[in-house]
Amino acid sequence: MNTSSSLVYLIALPLFGAATLLLGGRRTDKWGHLLATALSASSFGVGLYQFSAMLGRSTEERAVTQKLFSWIAVGDFNIDAALLLDQLSICFVLLITGVGTLIHIYSISYMEHDENRRRFFAYLNLFISAMLLLVLGNSYLNLYVGWEGVGLASYLLIGFWNQKPAYATASKKAFVMNRVGDMGLSFAIMIAFATLGTTTFAGVAEQSHHASKAALTAIGIMLVVAAAGKSAQFPLQAWLGDAMAGPTPVSALIHAATMVTAGVYLIVRSHFIFDLAPTAQLVVVIVGAITLLFGAIIGTAKDDIKKALAASTMSQIGYMILAAGLGPIGYVFAIMHLLTHGFFKASMFLGAGSVMHGMNDEVNMRKFGNLRKFMPITFVTFALGYLAIIGVPPFAGFYSKDGIIETAFNAEGVKGLILGGATLLGAAITAFYMSRVMILTFTSKARWDAEAHPHESPALMWVPIAVLSIGSVASGFLFTRGDALANWLNPLFGEHGGEHVERFAPIVVSAMALTAVVIGLAIALMKYQFAEVDGVAPENVSALTRLVRKDLGQDSFNEAVFMRPGIAITEAAEKVDEKVIDGAVRGIGGLAVGAGSVLRKSQSGFARSYAALILIGSIVLLLGIWVVTQ
Amino acid sequence: MSSLITLGLLPLIGALLVAALPSENVLRIKQAALATTVLTAIFGIYIATQFVAADTTFQFAQSLRWIPAFAINFSVGVDGLALALIVMSVVLTPIVVLAGWHESEGGRWSAKVFYILILVLETMMIGVFAATDVFLFYVIFEAMLIPVYFLIGGYGTGERAAAAVKFLLYSLFGGLLMLASIIGIYVVSSNAGYASFNITELSGLHTVMSSTTQNLLFLGFFIAFAIKAPLWPLHTWLPDAAKAATPGTSVLLLGVLDKVGTFGMIRFCITIFPDASKTFTPVIIVLSVISILYGAFLAIRARDLKRLIAYTSISHFGFITMGIFAMTTQGLSGATLYMFNHGFSTAALFIVGGWMIARRGSSTIADFGGLQRVTPVMAWMFFIAGMSSLALPGLSSFVSEFLVLVGTYTRYPVAAVIATIGIVLAALYILIPVQRTLHGPTTPGNENLPDLNLREKIAIAPVVAVIVAFGFYPSPLLNIINPTSAHVMQGAGFTDPAPTENAGK
Repeated sequence: MNTSSSLVYLIALPLFGAATLLLGGRRTDKWGHLLATALSASSFGVGLYQFSAMLGRSTEERAVTQKLFSWIAVGDFNIDAALLLDQLSICFVLLITGVGTLIHIYSISYMEHDENRRRFFAYLNLFISAMLLLVLGNSYLNLYVGWEGVGLASYLLIGFWNQKPAYATASKKAFVMNRVGDMGLSFAIMIAFATLGTTTFAGVAEQSHHASKAALTAIGIMLVVAAAGKSAQFPLQAWLGDAMAGPTPVSALIHAATMVTAGVYLIVRSHFIFDLAPTAQLVVVIVGAITLLFGAIIGTAKDDIKKALAASTMSQIGYMILAAGLGPIGYVFAIMHLLTHGFFKASMFLGAGSVMHGMNDEVNMRKFGNLRKFMPITFVTFALGYLAIIGVPPFAGFYSKDGIIETAFNAEGVKGLILGGATLLGAAITAFYMSRVMILTFTSKARWDAEAHPHESPALMWVPIAVLSIGSVASGFLFTRGDALANWLNPLFGEHGGEHVERFAPIVVSAMALTAVVIGLAIALMKYQFAEVDGVAPENVSALTRLVRKDLGQDSFNEAVFMRPGIAITEAAEKVDEKVIDGAVRGIGGLAVGAGSVLRKSQSGFARSYAALILIGSIVLLLGIWVVTQ
Repeated sequence: MSSLITLGLLPLIGALLVAALPSENVLRIKQAALATTVLTAIFGIYIATQFVAADTTFQFAQSLRWIPAFAINFSVGVDGLALALIVMSVVLTPIVVLAGWHESEGGRWSAKVFYILILVLETMMIGVFAATDVFLFYVIFEAMLIPVYFLIGGYGTGERAAAAVKFLLYSLFGGLLMLASIIGIYVVSSNAGYASFNITELSGLHTVMSSTTQNLLFLGFFIAFAIKAPLWPLHTWLPDAAKAATPGTSVLLLGVLDKVGTFGMIRFCITIFPDASKTFTPVIIVLSVISILYGAFLAIRARDLKRLIAYTSISHFGFITMGIFAMTTQGLSGATLYMFNHGFSTAALFIVGGWMIARRGSSTIADFGGLQRVTPVMAWMFFIAGMSSLALPGLSSFVSEFLVLVGTYTRYPVAAVIATIGIVLAALYILIPVQRTLHGPTTPGNENLPDLNLREKIAIAPVVAVIVAFGFYPSPLLNIINPTSAHVMQGAGFTDPAPTENAGK
């Protein structure tokens, strides 16, 4: 395989930025954000250079590696710090550094009045660096470092304003729930090493052909647990909504476009395991199907624009995960949807930030309305993202989501009908809740507070959004033109099995999907555009609506099943320690002290008696030896 | 004279120097103590560079006749295990002196006594890891209790006297059991025709011991070490001692002295009694897993910063013991590395926690709040220490924790799986106090706390540097540790389980 000595710069440049800004402290306040943006852009430059070099090589020669040093080597456990850039990771590199740089630029203006803007940019650089390590590591353990690195960056950024206790709690919740997922990744690595004797992607891929189905299924399921934690998939999804406590650019970059899609990367990267472990694949599609509906449903009841978008993100990643469980054709659509989603969701989140910027940081959509008049650029860019996500041709989401729906229907037997039905239903709900967001914010009657003076954001903010909008419009078309993305990625996934039957003609699937979209849109129009919208959420609603508003009871469930029993366990441990264990010790100790009270004249008396005991002990020892040697 | 003996004598000479200084000149005493410990650290690191990693015999060895009638020698030497721990000890000591510059003030006795105790203790720390004669080890093992006892009882806070006595009684109990076993060893080796306390010679002794004898003698050592480490359920002295001791003393107690327990398990239990080790392994693995979870549960619940750190250590010592008795090279090397890393990680927690406590005048977690915006540098240091404690990848503790887990999994998958729950619990027991102390609004009483001064920054910098550097590049340490692990495994007759489904093997 080819080697390249410049891969490390992808990671090192933003890492250097983070270190400089954090260690430099206030001294770097004036120019720190510029340095961070420049370094992110340089990393993007290196990525483009690598991409063009890759295009110039033949299919078999495209991947390049770079071994940095031997990281951990103990016995047969040999882990190099080594990077791998192939057709899959370059997609992520360009997404992370490209979207990342745009969001850096946007943040210069968005965070302008925050006294800790430098620290914000340091964390952003740290995130970019860790995320690049995640997608460039050549083994599961290297990936793990990036995996928790992005978790750290996410924790720091969710809690960026952690002087508010609720935000501090949100950041902690995200970290802890991610750690549950990380446990899955740890297990996967342990099983891989114990059974296959290796943890590199290449090594596991090679050995997977000889391994038992049981081992591969176990590894696969553990990888799904990991993916569920990082990508906010059922049942580890509850942290994502709260993560909206972070500044909006963070929501766009980390909690929409890149980090939360790491689970999809992990599963697609591990295709060699899932291809041979149908049970694990089944778990993948079940998790995906549940989450895509779960996220969509809770999205229908959100009045907070960021939380509505977060629910949508959860749902859209559900689509990707579902696709990733459908074999080689699914992998391509999973990645395609991941990339198109990266564009349109980032642009909508930044748009939401722009709206907040113009509305005194208000996030309640019931207090928006008619903003298209006052923020025309934000409106247009948001609308393009909206058209992309609901899947209107020829916008980006149409191509990628339609591909997923079609692939889902083409799965064998009943599975195909159920999955296809779920994706179709999801598409209808998506059209409903996204139209709701669109209408409540931009097209319905104004419901602002008296002090609101909506205005368009400065160019430093809208230009990055506009650039992303180009992706919302054109990326799907470009990816599918001549099957460009499929042809690019397929060499990694090996031969297509011929087992896929076409249940419906593609045109029929598109027609069904569009019908679903029209239904969702129509309901939203009736409820919100052509009816009065309350400035506050109505209270007299059905029990079902209340349940949806409470995120289908996800927090109550976690509280009842994990938190309260957990607290009970720690309480019990504390009591046992005090009463039973230490109680027994004190009892025995009391006897000893009672017996030795003669010696207890003073504190130092104890030391004296102890010295005496050592002496006596030594004498006993010597006597013993003498007896034995006689 | 072996450079190892020179190293051991350096702090003792410093102690004499301090003793000769006038008691009133506290600053000069502190400077002398700091200079001595820095010099010792530099010399210790120099010795490490002279160490030949591939050579598994004891290096820098020297043996002086001591009590020839009983074959007792003053023998010292180091392998990778001992060297790693000695380097850790001599690097931590000056950091403790510098970080706790004012710890000697307000004690029962003078600053002079405090630094004499610290320096004498440092000599003993070097000696206990360097001893290659079982009797010599025992003497230092017991003698070390005395300076620690006085450091807790004389310079601590709160219920320091009671805590010091509890610590002493626990250790005394373990020490007596070990003494009995040492007599036993002598008996057995005499019967076998070569009366000896030499660790290398004793490693062949198990071939002539009945399994009952071996089991009994093993237990004498093991219980003493399990108290020291400490392992559940012999741990209750630790939180009390850590709560009462000064932060610096706690660093030495938890960071260094407790390692004598886990060090002893490898050096004596496994090396001299391999068959008994095998017999008791299931029990020990279970106790270790209990320690991991139990310590973590108590830490999650802890309301006091110092007790919290002590509980996290109980959890971490569970990992170390589990790694040792997993009997795989990854487990053993991981455990050894864990001992080293835990020294720095706990030092960071205690040192920064100590500064927070000294500034606020309270160690109750609820008394803090919002420090990130009042004392940003101190808050960062506490956060990094916490990240190290929860074994964030990229920091040194991750390497050792993961090695322990993977090394345990290949032989005891169920134990490893349960122990892995510890990584979620660790996130809780670190992030809960981080949130309560650093985040949220600044609570009354914390508004005017001063941030770290230059001395404090200089003290904590090397700790953070070690934590980060060995996280990315642990090879220098692993290169020293690995041959010793392999040697111990081989001597005890263990081989790593082969991958079950690898076609090439």
